[in-house]
Amino acid sequence: MKLTLKIWRQSGPNDKGQIVTYPIDNIEGNMSFLDMMDVLNEELIMKGDDPVAFDHDCREGICGMCSLFINGEAHGPDRAVTTCQLHMRKFSDGETIYIEPWRAKAFPVVKDLVVDRSAFDRVMAAGGFVSVNTSGNTVDANAIPISKINADKAFEAATCIGCGACVASCVNASAMLFVSAKVSQLALLPQGKVEATERVLNMVRTMDEEGFGNCTNTGACAVECPKEISLDNIARMNREYFKAMLTSE
Amino acid sequence: MSKSVILKSSIAKKYWMAFTGLFLCLFLVGHLLGNLQLFYAGEEGRRAFNEYAYFMQHNLLIKVMSYVTYLSILFHAIDGLLLAFQNKKARPIQYAMNKASANSSSASRQMALLGSIILIFIATHMVNFWGKMHFGEIPLHTYNVSMPGQMGQVQESSFYYTHDFSVQPVPVVKEIVVKNELELYIKNPEIKVGEGYKDLHSVVMGFFGKSANGNDVNELAWLAVLLYTISMAVLSFHLMHGFASAFQTLGLRHPRYTAIIKNIGMGFAIIVPATFAAIPLYIFFK
Ligand code: HEM
Ligand code: SF4
Ligand code: FES
Repeated sequence: MKLTLKIWRQSGPNDKGQIVTYPIDNIEGNMSFLDMMDVLNEELIMKGDDPVAFDHDCREGICGMCSLFINGEAHGPDRAVTTCQLHMRKFSDGETIYIEPWRAKAFPVVKDLVVDRSAFDRVMAAGGFVSVNTSGNTVDANAIPISKINADKAFEAATCIGCGACVASCVNASAMLFVSAKVSQLALLPQGKVEATERVLNMVRTMDEEGFGNCTNTGACAVECPKEISLDNIARMNREYFKAMLTSE
Repeated sequence: MSKSVILKSSIAKKYWMAFTGLFLCLFLVGHLLGNLQLFYAGEEGRRAFNEYAYFMQHNLLIKVMSYVTYLSILFHAIDGLLLAFQNKKARPIQYAMNKASANSSSASRQMALLGSIILIFIATHMVNFWGKMHFGEIPLHTYNVSMPGQMGQVQESSFYYTHDFSVQPVPVVKEIVVKNELELYIKNPEIKVGEGYKDLHSVVMGFFGKSANGNDVNELAWLAVLLYTISMAVLSFHLMHGFASAFQTLGLRHPRYTAIIKNIGMGFAIIVPATFAAIPLYIFFK
């Protein structure tokens, strides 16, 4: 396969950046999108050029590091996959492919296609946890009975890998899908109920402070999410927040 | 709970959008039911509509509701534009290539643009009808007028008076004053001689088609009808996303009911604006 790549190049946080065009050849359908990026980078290195910086780690769809906005969609045109799981057979010979970083004020570009997603970490630090007694009499989590339905819903919410595709896809750069998945996975379980009120207030406050936009319920996030996190979680967080807003002191 | 949470947090701002938006949907239904009387032709329709307009202006409960409506529109618009402004700031650099149509409806992404057009519509609409009704010169539709010195009752609108009675198509013996907006009196001695309602019906008819006295067509009526119809189409798109979206915002989502809510929202978004638009179209083409 012969392709034309239009890639965002930006040497550092303060560089203005621009789209640069790279022709590439000998791409096979069974390569992953990141394999293709590796081929390109090898060519660039051979030529003595600066390789394109992009994030990746596990390359099996579980770490959430890869984060490319491909041809106008987060993680590319396929559904329910991360960029590392996207196969080149989804593209056709001669195609032009735009590759851009996540665009959000809260995710500043570090270099080329790498963005700083530590805003998510700060949202997590604000409440994405349960406090556990570790002084020697820690209670086994499985000692508390949990309904199968809630356990499943909590598990589904917990499959969020924090990649940020939801923010990247949202016209408002809203982080509601991510934050609601993290609020939900704990709110659904008895251990999480203890700190539920402060959790949702603090996580949403941090989300706002980090400069993410406001949700308009476009639903783009859930369509582009590689883990198919459902909008049910956003509705649940809206309910949790309503309760918390009216009952907190 | 702190004030900053209720007014400033992104989610709370959205509750306000949803509450005011759904309230405005209720308002639309009420307004539409009233407007439907404009399909009711002839003098009787004119009288019914004018009496209704009078009632709407004077009933206490409706007065209260109207103030809630003004506040809702104001709050919904200010809050909505504020949210849209923040959302613009949340993505300072746009994508070179963005295939948003693959994951969301254009209405859902253009709520602020659609809302702003609706806001302009509401402003002009209020100048044209609400403003005239409340503050402007509006002809009176008079009936049951009996003149001292003249015989019997004069039925319906053989009279056509303006506020200052500069137009007097029938000979009037004495100066007539209007009290309580609907009672006609002569002076010295003060005697009630009939009733007159502000003739909003004729204002509407004249605006979208034939003028008050029935025949000549308002030259710009076609433009008024066109802009009205376009505005209703814009409202339709706003509601196609907005109606169901409000339920999601309020956390009212459930595998069993969400599909139903979406269908009701779609129906509402099509039927209500289409019926609104049918009225000026009917007046213009009839
Ligand atoms: C009769 C008129 C109107 C009705 C019935 C209406 C109804 C609604 C409804 C039901 C929503 C959904 C709320 C939600 O998603 O939670 C909404 C959203 C919105 N409306 Fe309106 N609206 C009207 C007029 C306006 C006006 C005049 C503006 C002025 C700018 C406006 C701007 C917006 C915006 C920006 C949103 C999106 C808010 C968000 O989701 O963040 N609307 N509207
Ligand atoms: S919700 Fe989905 S798109 Fe958003 S961070 Fe989690 S896995 Fe990624
Ligand atoms: S590299 Fe880990 S999810 Fe793609």
